[in-house]
Amino acid sequence: MFDHAKTTLPAAPGVGYKPQHYSDILTDPGSVSWLEIHAENYMGDGGRPIAQLRHLADRFPISVHGVGLSIGGETALDTDHLTRLKHLCDWLNPASFSEHLAWSTHDSAFLNDLLPLPYTQTTLQRVCDHIDQVQDVIGRRMLLENPSSYLAFAASSYDEPAFLAEVAKRTDCGLLLDVNNIFVSATNLNYDPCAYVDAFALDQVGEIHLGGHDEDQDDHGAPLLIDSHGREVADPVWTLLDHVLDRAGPRPTLIEWDTDVPDWATLAAEASRAAAALTRVPA
Amino acid sequence: MTQTEFRTALLDPSQPVPNGLTDSAGRPAGKRFSVYRNNVAVSLKEALETGFPATARLLGTRNFETVAQGYLRAQPPKSPVMMLYGDSFADYIAAISSLESLGYLPDVARLEYAMRQSYHAADVTTIDPAQLAETAPDALNRARLMFAPAVRLIRSDWPIWSIREKALNADALAPPGTAQPVLVTRPHYDPELHPLTQADARLIASLLSGAMLAEAMTRAPDADLGQVIGLLLAQSALTDIDVEDAT
Repeated sequence: MFDHAKTTLPAAPGVGYKPQHYSDILTDPGSVSWLEIHAENYMGDGGRPIAQLRHLADRFPISVHGVGLSIGGETALDTDHLTRLKHLCDWLNPASFSEHLAWSTHDSAFLNDLLPLPYTQTTLQRVCDHIDQVQDVIGRRMLLENPSSYLAFAASSYDEPAFLAEVAKRTDCGLLLDVNNIFVSATNLNYDPCAYVDAFALDQVGEIHLGGHDEDQDDHGAPLLIDSHGREVADPVWTLLDHVLDRAGPRPTLIEWDTDVPDWATLAAEASRAAAALTRVPA
Repeated sequence: MTQTEFRTALLDPSQPVPNGLTDSAGRPAGKRFSVYRNNVAVSLKEALETGFPATARLLGTRNFETVAQGYLRAQPPKSPVMMLYGDSFADYIAAISSLESLGYLPDVARLEYAMRQSYHAADVTTIDPAQLAETAPDALNRARLMFAPAVRLIRSDWPIWSIREKALNADALAPPGTAQPVLVTRPHYDPELHPLTQADARLIASLLSGAMLAEAMTRAPDADLGQVIGLLLAQSALTDIDVEDAT
């Protein structure tokens, strides 16, 4: 029914593509081997965004990362949006397609954020049904990303690694492991990030994400980390990456930097740091 | 707790944080929920600011913040494709009575939205100007012009071209006392703006609605047909000329 390879991205560094880096990437990609785009930014009919993407796709494997499908939503998936996603994947033929364990649309309102859901039998079934639908429509295996969490649900009956492992088992989707999200969630919800990694279905991981976070405090003065993607990857997140790679081996590893986007040299230096982490572990 | 409750509290800070959301010790989520509230409010406001830079400048930072927060609560995006967000922003502004003194503002917002639509419009092959030159004059009267999807016309009774320029660049000339409807074209990848006379705007509006050249000229007798056709050809605004058979 669909291609069962988890991904055809290389087990090397990639970066989240920003249009301001277009010329620099083509001139000197450094250790960057592949690019990731946000699907929703390439759903126009034409113009510069589509033209640049076509050109980049001739040079680099492209990962399509959706931010608007609302897979964790209580209501039915937006079939118009699914059709747009299929159209993009059909013409671009990306090396990977991924989305989030989150919701963003409710009552036809798109809230432009990745919102959390409790982990229960009911939400498990709904997420699996939605992923089955997505994979059927786009005809590809997708990767599902672990979220960053700021709060917990009293109603949850699964922990996150167990929930994601069960989704992967039931739907045959792959997983996208965001190491910064683990660190952010573990700090915010007071658990051991290494134990999370050890419990994760690492054999299903087709891609790793790294990004920067901001530091704040909750009402009780406890640390509250915000997944802002607006700075360098923090040192403890690099350490956690080593812990992941020691267990999983090298995987396609992405640097995400979406706000206060730096110059190409700064972003390429982050990719080089990921390259060093990847070459440290045997394939 | 349902997503309806979550969504309601998310968009309305006066609502309490929904039950069942906690920290790791089981205490109510409190400020932790505000992270999501803040993400939604800031990201949507920034999307509007990016999409409507001149409108934002004309309103000023604080007024724009108020208008944007009102709009995103009343009309959150209907689609995850954020390049489409703001299609009703001009109408929303037009309905705010306290902004009546800024009568030009809705038209400036319409112009900015049209530029975004133009930027993302489909790429097409445009006509060779020679094709028009080779068309016999009597046939030309029966010609309909086919426009590129990136072409937009914003009719206005205000000098919106100059108002937008001045909003974005303090050194620009002060707006004139006459109306400036604007034609948006996209000869390559960047939309270009052309201030028009009311007569030329009327002519282009007729042509865009599918009128034949002779008929469009009847509706806009003061328009400068040669200048308008020259502009459309130079700006790669036309995809075809469709001449109706003589009867």
